[in-house]
Amino acid sequence: MESPKRIDTQVLVIGGGVTGTGIARDLALRGVDCVLVEKRDINAGASGANHGLLHSGARYVFNDPVSAAECAREGRLLKKLTPQCIEDCGGLFVAVAGDDENYVAEFPRLCANCGIACRPLDVAQAREMEPALSPALIAAYQVEDAAVDPFMLSLENMAHALALGGRLRRHARVAGFEVRAGRVAAVKVRDKRSGTTFTIDADLVINAAGAWAGEVAHLAGIDLPIVFSKGSLLISDHRIAGCVINRLHPSSDADILVPGGSVSIVGTTSIRIDSLDDIRPTIAEMDTIVETAAQMVPELFRTRYIRAYAGVRPLVSIAKKKSDRSVSRNFVLFDHADAGISNFITIAGGKLTTFRKMAQHTADLACRKLGIAASCRTTSQPLPPCSDFEWTAPGQAAKHWMRAHGRGDLMLCECELVPKSVVAGIIQALQQQNDLPDLRSIGMRSRIGKGTCQGAFCGVRIAAYMSDRPDLPAYDGQDDLKRFLQGRWKGIRPVLWQAALAQEELQEAVHCGLFGLEL
Amino acid sequence: MQQTHRKTDPPQRCELLVIGAGMAGMAAALFAARRGIDTILVGESSEIIFASGLMDLMGVHPLAQKRVWHDPWAAIRRLCRDLPAHPYAHIPEAGIRRALETVFSFLESAGLRYFRRPQRNCRVLTALGSEKITYGVPRTMAAGVQVLERKKPCRIVDIQGLKGFSSRLIVRARHRSWPGLDAARIVFPGMQDRTEVYAEQMARALEVPRQREELARVLAPHVKGVAAVGMPAIFGMYHSDAVCRDLEQRLGVPLFEIPTFPPCVPGLRLKEAFERRLPELGVRLITGKRVVSADVSQSNGFAFGVGDDLAVAADAAVLASGRFLGKGLWADRRRVRESLFDLPVCQPDSRRRWHRRTFLDSRGHPLNRAGLEIDARFRPLGTGGRPVHRRLYAAGSILAHQDWMRAKCGSGLSIASAWAAVEAFIRERG
Repeated sequence: MESPKRIDTQVLVIGGGVTGTGIARDLALRGVDCVLVEKRDINAGASGANHGLLHSGARYVFNDPVSAAECAREGRLLKKLTPQCIEDCGGLFVAVAGDDENYVAEFPRLCANCGIACRPLDVAQAREMEPALSPALIAAYQVEDAAVDPFMLSLENMAHALALGGRLRRHARVAGFEVRAGRVAAVKVRDKRSGTTFTIDADLVINAAGAWAGEVAHLAGIDLPIVFSKGSLLISDHRIAGCVINRLHPSSDADILVPGGSVSIVGTTSIRIDSLDDIRPTIAEMDTIVETAAQMVPELFRTRYIRAYAGVRPLVSIAKKKSDRSVSRNFVLFDHADAGISNFITIAGGKLTTFRKMAQHTADLACRKLGIAASCRTTSQPLPPCSDFEWTAPGQAAKHWMRAHGRGDLMLCECELVPKSVVAGIIQALQQQNDLPDLRSIGMRSRIGKGTCQGAFCGVRIAAYMSDRPDLPAYDGQDDLKRFLQGRWKGIRPVLWQAALAQEELQEAVHCGLFGLEL
Repeated sequence: MQQTHRKTDPPQRCELLVIGAGMAGMAAALFAARRGIDTILVGESSEIIFASGLMDLMGVHPLAQKRVWHDPWAAIRRLCRDLPAHPYAHIPEAGIRRALETVFSFLESAGLRYFRRPQRNCRVLTALGSEKITYGVPRTMAAGVQVLERKKPCRIVDIQGLKGFSSRLIVRARHRSWPGLDAARIVFPGMQDRTEVYAEQMARALEVPRQREELARVLAPHVKGVAAVGMPAIFGMYHSDAVCRDLEQRLGVPLFEIPTFPPCVPGLRLKEAFERRLPELGVRLITGKRVVSADVSQSNGFAFGVGDDLAVAADAAVLASGRFLGKGLWADRRRVRESLFDLPVCQPDSRRRWHRRTFLDSRGHPLNRAGLEIDARFRPLGTGGRPVHRRLYAAGSILAHQDWMRAKCGSGLSIASAWAAVEAFIRERG
């Protein structure tokens, strides 16, 4: 892999989440030269650990009407410009016996105030639409929520930026800033894979590191008022409802169920944490989610869960408020000229639904500071679908295999039907980005490891396949498999009851009992 | 798990009902039959096919120190001293030896010969290139034990289209510790046109001499200059020893099998051997069904519901229903239960303490040690600390205070506890 010691660019973007990749694309469309560095992989933080919900905005009408209206506008725009990443499944807000009836009654008016479409349904109608809903339903409203694939979204944003001349370095962690005469003169970046350090000279540096934005700013001597709120979610083994189902009450734990292709995602919790080390879903959170969400959809009590995950919402704490739910989900753009560094800005807070607007505002400020007159094009230019990244959608790889009649194509992942040709394509795409593929990076770009076996079976098959590839001579399958299994465990451990325990026992019997990987 | 039944026939009667068709259940039925006990075994035969074919006895103790033992008997003695609640601690060493040898000679009579050394564990190369510590290995794997010990020049040959088995992966995992190991690949003769090949199909094909001749022809260019050649486990289904010897004679080099990802051929061979030979010894096998209900109210025996239409009456029962995979144990978010009798299960007090934060923690997960507590006669204990029933016994992985996956003692524990349970019944019966 060729790795220059020094990289020159107009703009350096730090952070490969949906905001950072969105900024990279926005800048690239304006013809601005841009390098993105990401310390792990695309969407490794909160961008990859959320519901995958494209908010209609109705969620925020009570606490945060500004965000609500913003979500409504951005949601409509994204449905138009990035349809390949979105399942426009619609949404419901439902209340059950015991919920606050004043809030229920006020909901349509609050939605109308924010320009959010909201249609009352009678309870029988709602239960006919979604039979999984509780018989204790007392009210239901239909809204324009949708499901979005955040991995596809970020990968395609990045792919478009790359196609327009942008550059990407994954596994590259900012190690320090050289600040001279009120400017970031150079950024030291450490390549975590090779252990080498390189320097980026950028006219402007954009900190889009999400939950880690405070850490990054701190390297330049700047303190950011960011607080961390952890949210955990659960994935069921099948799709429980056709549309998004929200609990109709002021935001609380476990009140949203979102379809994600062939599964459903339920969550979240909201727990203030002080450190970003070792973020993982806990067993207590799982119990809270199951017990609370089952009030709205009773079968969540018995459903088999495949996995849990946790993300950290970086919330900008402008003023101390009562709870994290009521801290604005609005984003904040900091121009650190205020703190004496003229070419350094931070974009923080916000949410998945409004990522495009965040990117636009950030790029606008960047261009102003650089004296570039180009205007934003992401409000009208559709995001081009990229065939490399269609594999994150459930069922997509299987359709491809069926079309090709599977001839000469081994099925490597039998839970999610991912054939060898898809894995080969992903490996090739990673190599084109000068990256060494491993099970984790392949799993992020496909359904590998996301089915019932959680990587116990397909992990071995893919490690064997990668070992056989002559273009990966240094690949160590045993080592990679261990890392992959340890990584998956974070999400498996909290959901181990009922049938999931049997699957876990088989996995442990094979990987420890037979292979002795723990020794 | 109480269900309603259509009991179309009068109950079948037996002295001993063995519940579970894994290693412990099969072994219990064998010991009972050998002692002239009228025995029925009920279980879904899928349970044993996840076996690797390797017969573990005792390999690692204490787990936290990852101490690997060469002498399994010394390991057991040490284990029994350190962990007096471990099921092995209730069985005399001579009993464990006798139980194991009975199973080995039974399997040999079914055409499955085992290589073992009285005082010494074996190390076996796995499909991931790691070393598995075990006691008895199928004769078809014995040459691998010897070349691994001396790190002699050796070639691993894999098969195009066989998923999850890569000779390059194995070689690369061992390149530092075993430089004489290298990799090759063949196309299985007669399966050139197939995208995917299956170990079981190849194993069945190799029962035919003509197929072995073809395979030997394909392998011949790959056997030069090495002390042995390892392949995925495909050397026959019913006559694996003969198949392996025939190939060795044709090629003039020792061959050995490497267990593939389960369910694998050596596991299927075990299932075939037990299912074929146990009925010849008088055991009535009811496979493909589960025991779904149990009435223990009569003091002189049990009434069981089997599947949805059978009933079995037995004087005694051995519960060898396994853990979560075998469905002997079952858990909701609150606690672990025993599925059939709702026996008390010794377990950590909260789900938070079921599993450790790291999957591959060498100490093992606390839940692995959950299970049934027994008295010295292998009878499960009730809440009062006394046996639940005079003639209800338990054997195998359902027993508490053991972690067979980490200690590498699965088969030995299943076989020895099955032996102890049957012996206890014989004494009780008088």
